[in-house]
Amino acid sequence: MSYVIDRRLNGKNKSTVNRQRFLQRYRGHIKKAVEEAVGRRSITDMEHGEQISIPGRDIDEPVLHHGRGGRQTIVHPGNKEFVAGERIPRPQGGGGGQGAGQASNSGEGMDDFVFQITQEEFLDFMFQDLELPNLVKRHLTGTDTFKTVRAGIANEGNPSRINIVRTLRSAHARRIALSGSSRAQLRALKAELERLRLEEPHNFGDIKAAEEEIERLKARINRVPFLDTFDLKYNLLVKHPNPSSKAVMFCLMDVSGSMTQSTKDIAKRFFILLYLFLKRNYDKIDVVFIRHHTSAKEVDEEEFFYSRETGGTIVSSALKMMQEIMAERYPANEWNIYAAQASDGDNWNDDSPLCRDILINQIMPFVQYFTYVEITPREHQALWYEYNQVAEAFSDAFAQQQLVSAADIYPVFRQLFQRRMTS
Amino acid sequence: MKRQPISTGSEWTFDLIRQYDREIGRIAERYALDTYPNQIEVITAEQMMDAYASVGMPLGYHHWSYGKQFLHTEKHYKRGQMGLAYEIVINSDPCIAYLMEENTMCMQALVIAHASYGHNSFFKGNYLFRTWTDASSIIDYLVFAKQYIMQCEERHGIDAVEDLLDSCHALMNYGVDRYKRPYPISAEEERRRQKDREEHLQRQINDLWRTIPKGADKGDGQAGNQRFPAEPQENILYFIEKHAPLLEPWKREVVRIVRKIAQYFYPQRQTQVMNEGWATFWHYTLLNDLYDEGLVTDGFMMEFLQSHTSVIYQPGFDSPYYSGINPYTLGFAMYQDIRRICENPTEEDKRWFPDIAGSDWLTTVKFAMNNFKDESFILQFLSPKVIRDLKLFSILDDDRKDELLVPAIHDESGYHTIRELLAAQYNLGNREPNVQVWNVDRRGDRSLTLRHMQHDRKPLGASTDEVLKHLHRLWGFDVHLQSMQDDKLVNTHHMPPRASNEAETDSRFPGMNFA
Repeated sequence: MSYVIDRRLNGKNKSTVNRQRFLQRYRGHIKKAVEEAVGRRSITDMEHGEQISIPGRDIDEPVLHHGRGGRQTIVHPGNKEFVAGERIPRPQGGGGGQGAGQASNSGEGMDDFVFQITQEEFLDFMFQDLELPNLVKRHLTGTDTFKTVRAGIANEGNPSRINIVRTLRSAHARRIALSGSSRAQLRALKAELERLRLEEPHNFGDIKAAEEEIERLKARINRVPFLDTFDLKYNLLVKHPNPSSKAVMFCLMDVSGSMTQSTKDIAKRFFILLYLFLKRNYDKIDVVFIRHHTSAKEVDEEEFFYSRETGGTIVSSALKMMQEIMAERYPANEWNIYAAQASDGDNWNDDSPLCRDILINQIMPFVQYFTYVEITPREHQALWYEYNQVAEAFSDAFAQQQLVSAADIYPVFRQLFQRRMTS
Repeated sequence: MKRQPISTGSEWTFDLIRQYDREIGRIAERYALDTYPNQIEVITAEQMMDAYASVGMPLGYHHWSYGKQFLHTEKHYKRGQMGLAYEIVINSDPCIAYLMEENTMCMQALVIAHASYGHNSFFKGNYLFRTWTDASSIIDYLVFAKQYIMQCEERHGIDAVEDLLDSCHALMNYGVDRYKRPYPISAEEERRRQKDREEHLQRQINDLWRTIPKGADKGDGQAGNQRFPAEPQENILYFIEKHAPLLEPWKREVVRIVRKIAQYFYPQRQTQVMNEGWATFWHYTLLNDLYDEGLVTDGFMMEFLQSHTSVIYQPGFDSPYYSGINPYTLGFAMYQDIRRICENPTEEDKRWFPDIAGSDWLTTVKFAMNNFKDESFILQFLSPKVIRDLKLFSILDDDRKDELLVPAIHDESGYHTIRELLAAQYNLGNREPNVQVWNVDRRGDRSLTLRHMQHDRKPLGASTDEVLKHLHRLWGFDVHLQSMQDDKLVNTHHMPPRASNEAETDSRFPGMNFA
């Protein structure tokens, strides 16, 4: 007798725990592979998993087994030309078929162990040990959204929230409580009446008195209302403040003539990395793209990265625009504001002190974190040194780094967001 | 009299599976195949990969190595480098067989015949399985093991348990009793006795390691020189469980669990050829009978034969796909040949197998299934015809000679040699190095000495030192391994490793290592 059972709906992923244990154990290897991959791939396909390869010998589970050597006799199938007693030269390097039986024994561990991790796991490893600075703000501010949660039962409320079961239960309890003594008397009287009717059927006076008393008690019991106002119970809903986890990310980029397409590519990679990282921390993210040469303009993504402009550079125009947009659309008590600025460091010299002032007075007090990357192999110019002062004033919310080539992006990114010890 | 085929399409349904199972079961009954009740479970490819990863245990404790196995399988499967096995079958009562959702009806029928009737009857009939495993309690035991190890992880941390399991796994093949019949395992019993055992064990160990000598021992040099254990012990994990001085009770319990599971798989490792051969023989026989009765179509048969032939494909030694002898091929060929010897014996068969030539084939194959393991099965039943068909030949590779020698091939003078050599090749005792617990230095540094008896001068493999590290972790004191060839010491390994020149001086100043 056989039973046929459909198990397809049973949990799959029974191996999830084991898989995680494995990844945990080899996280060193995997992290290295991920870092290499980040440097190698185009940032636009960050959203894939990655093939990880770990040297076989690092992952072997050792057992006692025979090594090569000694006298080994092995039976093989498929003889073609050998005759008994024949001597044949030993094939070199395990080639030919003769050594294959052993080769699979001892050679197995030498291949790399290759496997795939998912995108989720890939990003996990990519952003491991990184954190968004000043996250604490979102718990303190931005609490003007609420969610209602059930919080038990209350005596007051709105009729649509009546809890019928609890109401009737309480009405029932009240009726029992209020009519308890009358019912006890009623039971006693009824027994008395019964006795009177049997034992003294002619004692009409007492019987009548008892009957009247019974009627009176019944009326009294009936006067207890079935439902009273204070029986009513309501489901209580209370509002819990819902910490806002909205973030806005400002991407500021210089598109003046000095920015080449490759510089912009580097900037783009940096922005995408930041975007992916923010996405892991916040439910909702707005991205605002501001590009500037001598004047700033809010644009969409496509235009931001690909349209070409020429001309001089006035960085403060972008900062001003960012400040305006912040004031208009992203009040700091509701939004976590992050900003990343990319530039090749060129600026109209008189403008740099202005940038510093705008940052210090109008932007930095409201943002969680402002990163500035300067993509240039050359000497720093005025902007960098002015920004140094900003960094001094807001050491925990402002960071600047220099990028030279695409390979620096990830290390610099890690540097900017590495987990700090909170003092 | 031809009947209506059960189905004509390749899609399966639960009703069809039941019908096929009923018909296959009916035919199996005609051959009086004795089986456990069947439990056939339909699962998805992902679940099959899960089952793969846990080496066929329906539920196992968590360990990273299973995760590794899973990732490996997943990658190969997704790339299409490998089809998943058609089936996984579990030696339990009822016998659980997994069918994959993706299979066609024909494949499902093949798997039912192969697993639910072939393997199942082997599990129930073969003497090794009967003696060494207890099909009715294995599932319970695995549940117990999983829970216990989970508790340990909660109490002692995942890392500690993982390290311990790593060490046990490294010695898993040396955690079996090869000759002694173990007590049947029962989860209920285990749970009940486990507490007692913890206390009892710890007390025993304390006795063994009591540092204050008893009065009677004083001046009695004889007792001090006796080796402990008095006889070499082959079950290293058992020895660790009972005698390792520093193991905490829960660790002993974990060692025991790994040991019990190793024991459960031990018969499977010894009966690969027989078990797979038997299952293949029966799916072939049963499905052919279905066809003869007209219950399956020609198309079904074509598909079946296609899978069947790829299962028993044996690439030659010089093929790039060659990786040793295919147990399915060898086993299937041998059972088929036993049947042929019984039904149509030739002169040669009568000379080689006077007992079985011309006898009742069903009784004979069942006898061959019940009472042997791979080694003895081949020694007893490998016929000249199978040797010729597979063109078996042997190669002697002696590292002291420059050339390889072909001692025997598939000819009149070679049959006996080939048969003996092939049988020896399936002897687990030859395949794994013979390593046993030799001595414990009870009075000195508490070091543990193992002895490796070399066979044909075959040295130990490269991962030996790694294994010794694991053994060292379990034992807690120094571990030595001596390789012996004909009573001569040829090589030694030490853990922790020591420089070669201090080997002599060091032993005179035994130090305690409590690391």
